[in-house]
Amino acid sequence: MSYVANTDAQRQEMLERCGVQNISQLFDGIPRSLAPHSFDVPPPKSEQEVVALFDDLAGRNYAHLTTFIGGGFYDHYIPSAVDAIASRSEFYTAYTPYQPEISQGTLQAIYEYQSHMCRLTGMEVSNASLYDGGTALAEACQMAIHATNRDRIVVDGGVNPVYRKMLDCYTANLSISFTEIPVTRGQSDRDHLLAELDENTAAVILQNPNFFGVVDNHSDIVEACHARGILVVQSVYPTAMALLKPPGEIGVDIVTGEGQSLGIPLSFGGPYLGFMTTTRSLVRKMPGRLVGRTTDRNGKESFVLTLQAREQHIRRSKATSNICTNQALCALRAHIYLCLLGRSGLRDLAKLCYAKTCYAKSRFRAIPGVDVMESSPTFNEFTIRVPIDAGDLAGLLVERGIAPGLPLGRFYPGMQNYLLVAVTEKRTKYDIGTFAEEMESLLRQ
Amino acid sequence: MVVDERRFSKTHEWIVIESDIAVVGITDFAQESLGDITYIELPEVGAEFEQGAEFGVIESVKAASDLYAPVGGRVCEVNSELAKTPEIINHDPFGEGWMIKIKNFNAAELGSLLDTDAYEAQINSEA
Repeated sequence: MSYVANTDAQRQEMLERCGVQNISQLFDGIPRSLAPHSFDVPPPKSEQEVVALFDDLAGRNYAHLTTFIGGGFYDHYIPSAVDAIASRSEFYTAYTPYQPEISQGTLQAIYEYQSHMCRLTGMEVSNASLYDGGTALAEACQMAIHATNRDRIVVDGGVNPVYRKMLDCYTANLSISFTEIPVTRGQSDRDHLLAELDENTAAVILQNPNFFGVVDNHSDIVEACHARGILVVQSVYPTAMALLKPPGEIGVDIVTGEGQSLGIPLSFGGPYLGFMTTTRSLVRKMPGRLVGRTTDRNGKESFVLTLQAREQHIRRSKATSNICTNQALCALRAHIYLCLLGRSGLRDLAKLCYAKTCYAKSRFRAIPGVDVMESSPTFNEFTIRVPIDAGDLAGLLVERGIAPGLPLGRFYPGMQNYLLVAVTEKRTKYDIGTFAEEMESLLRQ
Repeated sequence: MVVDERRFSKTHEWIVIESDIAVVGITDFAQESLGDITYIELPEVGAEFEQGAEFGVIESVKAASDLYAPVGGRVCEVNSELAKTPEIINHDPFGEGWMIKIKNFNAAELGSLLDTDAYEAQINSEA
């Protein structure tokens, strides 16, 4: 069955009106050297054949593995109610609705999402969300540049290397210079970092817990930065915020992060959820949509997009950012997830992750030849040193049904023997024990 | 309404010279066109601008516009009242609604600005 709506006769009529003989003449403006020689489209398949093809492709995924992979994206349990509520037709759109007359429900949901993110991070304002954790961090850099009229960003080496790559890519055509400060023993190198600060520095970018899983109290860095008019941007793991001191309490200026852990399934390339919160004084430099609560002319509570003069459709080339939408559906999922867990539920969940991580560490400590990096506290992720190449070890464990973590050699030269291990509430004591036993038996061979 | 001794830029800023200091704001026509002003971003004392450079941003319920320095110079005072109550600009654009004071300006640059008649002619043609 063809889905082309117009008939041959109608097409002929349109071509005549355009003054051409056939459709290919419409493309005559494209140089022959740039035109495709053939589209090489395979012959059509029936529905049954298409389902079989995709079943086969999906079957090649290693979806059966017990995963201990983290590195910014975590395998948390997603309550069924998240799917059930998010897929209701009243909500189910990826677009940001901006007409308050017809979008009160969605606008209220976004407003509530913003309230969650403010509470979780201890900050005053949140935007309606951004694409993902990495782009949110890049937007925070631009925001800091605009707010300070300076052009240099100092990046701690504990910031997710994937994000650091995204920063380079996202800002390649802007005049921002980045200086990276390598970590020492998995922690921010204070002396080196503070020595790099100068009058051109707009912001310092930190991550907590950092990429190695290390939990840090950055308040000394915040203090040193503020004394020199430098802003502090902190990228955080929202689940960990239930247990750690929120960035707002230590004076961080801009908080960003990846919201995937809040009810969004792991998938290759997303869609994920970037969040950003900041202080009231920086709100007009903030990118993205922002929902506010107000009253209509009858005195009824209502919700609207607000502070739009920052945005492209009003400020044109001088807008704070090119972002003119949000990640509505993923933000909605995060909102539903946080409502379902509640304050104490999220804290219980975080404690569970932490306790299981402590158990995993104790199991790994007992394995001869394996060192757990112990220099600082961690939340649900930690780094271990193994006696063989961590990539090779991961390959062997995958054959035994376990994805043991992220080998660090590809991100940090010289760390070929290091593995980053994440433990969520979904991993049972049995899973952790099996992982430890399998690793021990492999290393003994 | 336009006051006599002032000079005006084509971008609707006014300037008045008080001995060696130039006081800058936006005109009644400008505040009227913007509507209710909700926010203003002004430079810090000590900031230096060339003639025609952006020195701030003004935001109303309808629009956001840049503010342009009618003459170059160094900012020696900023009207800090406007941060809390930007609506002063709506009520008294030529008086309490002044924005910045500029020192060390180049008096020759005043010559490129409009006098009252020329500015009124401009706004009549825009209106």
